[in-house]
Amino acid sequence: MTGETHIEGVLRELAPQVLGILIRRHGWFDACEDAVQEALLAATVQWPGEGVPDNPRAWLITVATRRLTDQWRSDHARRRREATITAMDLASAPSEPGPDEDRPAERDDTLTLLFLCCHPALTGASQIALTLRAVGGLTTAQIARAFLVPEATMAQRISRAKQRIKGAGTTFHMPTGDERAERLGAVLHVLYLIFNEGYTATSGPDLHREDLTAEAIRLTRLVHRSLPGDGEVTGLLALMLLTDSRRPARTGADGTLVPLAEQDRTLWNAAYIKEGVALISDALANSPVGPYQLQAAIAAVHAEAGHADDTDWPQILALYVLLGHVAPNPMVTLNHAVALAMVDGPRAGLALLKTLDDDDRVTAHHRLDAVRAHLLELSGDPEAAGAHYRQAARRTTSLPEQRYLESQAARLTR
Amino acid sequence: MIMLYASPATRDALSAGQRDEVLRDHDRFRGLTDGSGELLGAETLADPSTAVTVRIREGIPTVTAGSCGEAGEHLSGYYLVDCESRERAVELAALVPAGYTATEVRPLMNQNGTEM
Repeated sequence: MTGETHIEGVLRELAPQVLGILIRRHGWFDACEDAVQEALLAATVQWPGEGVPDNPRAWLITVATRRLTDQWRSDHARRRREATITAMDLASAPSEPGPDEDRPAERDDTLTLLFLCCHPALTGASQIALTLRAVGGLTTAQIARAFLVPEATMAQRISRAKQRIKGAGTTFHMPTGDERAERLGAVLHVLYLIFNEGYTATSGPDLHREDLTAEAIRLTRLVHRSLPGDGEVTGLLALMLLTDSRRPARTGADGTLVPLAEQDRTLWNAAYIKEGVALISDALANSPVGPYQLQAAIAAVHAEAGHADDTDWPQILALYVLLGHVAPNPMVTLNHAVALAMVDGPRAGLALLKTLDDDDRVTAHHRLDAVRAHLLELSGDPEAAGAHYRQAARRTTSLPEQRYLESQAARLTR
Repeated sequence: MIMLYASPATRDALSAGQRDEVLRDHDRFRGLTDGSGELLGAETLADPSTAVTVRIREGIPTVTAGSCGEAGEHLSGYYLVDCESRERAVELAALVPAGYTATEVRPLMNQNGTEM
């Protein structure tokens, strides 16, 4: 068992490096991706019995390249066979990286691959699936399990995504200028979505989904190592660590949700908090401010309070005001209202919520009802609070949240 | 979930040719949503006359022939789709073959949850 986990770990780490090298040499993302997948499968089958090769990466590159040429040899109609095979020149193709493919470049290749997987031609779901597959090295089955869809459906999404990239005519290069900034934004967004998908898993058996947070953190660390000076990348990594630090305390034994104010903070992951706080402090001191950094800063203020009563709410309020300027959206306003209530009283928070009443994006959203209910209770109106908790319970599509909201409503209408 | 409702009136009004067209349209819809990776499942229900309804009053079950829905409309089938947004689901619902009195789009519950 340990041997297999070790092999899996080695393969996961090498997969994007091998794919990057193949694409750099041969182009054709989808064909290379298929070839690498087959090489990984061959390794999974052969290495447990034969042992891990001395140079596993060279082994994978050799096998994948062979698969690629086999594929092309049998593909008459769509490629000009002779020209392709001559250009390939399998005999002299090095299986070890050349001088321009040494350590730092392999990290850049993974970043380039990540950028490719988050191409704007793809839907969000496809970007996520392709990222987990090509860069994360997860199998289709693992990704399907993580997102609770049938394996065939996920295979379809990945296949379509690869074709789309090919169809968009993209080459394996790092975008520059504005395109690069935009694409980096897409990459960070995809990583954040993967993290969130894993973090919001609530039940014990959903361990596959918990792996998603670890995967998101791992991939974000990768990006951070390549772009250590980028404040938003650092901010996102800090945000993930600080958020995930709360995982051990956020659900009860039976999967019930425990609100932030009631969590047992001794259960919070201290190592993650320490690292997250260090990262965000560094970013804020050295980079222009951005939304991930601000969210991380807010998480850090919460993390530094040993008890809910010790929370520095004025600082959190100031950060939400800033976040509202930098990246306004209704969810920010909701959280801002809570912070405002903690500093200036519930009526002030309720007044801010009123500004959302005409916002179509959120009026039917259960969170507006839930926050309003909470503030109404704090302002001494349990009946109205109960009514809003009940409405929130009806509107949510989350079973754990529904249970929590219904229990709040029941508590207030006794 | 995209639920398809039909009524005896709309059903009986279809000619054989129109029925064939509905089947072809369903194949097309399946192809579209399968190809896009959005289709998770689909079923067609048998005619409501094949249904029985079970009701329990004071612990005693009574079984009556027929569907429990309104006399006019009954559930005819469903498509289960995984879409990027509610808007997309509604967009798909509008592409469902003609011949149904109504199409209902409703989300499924899930086990995700964030701290409140």
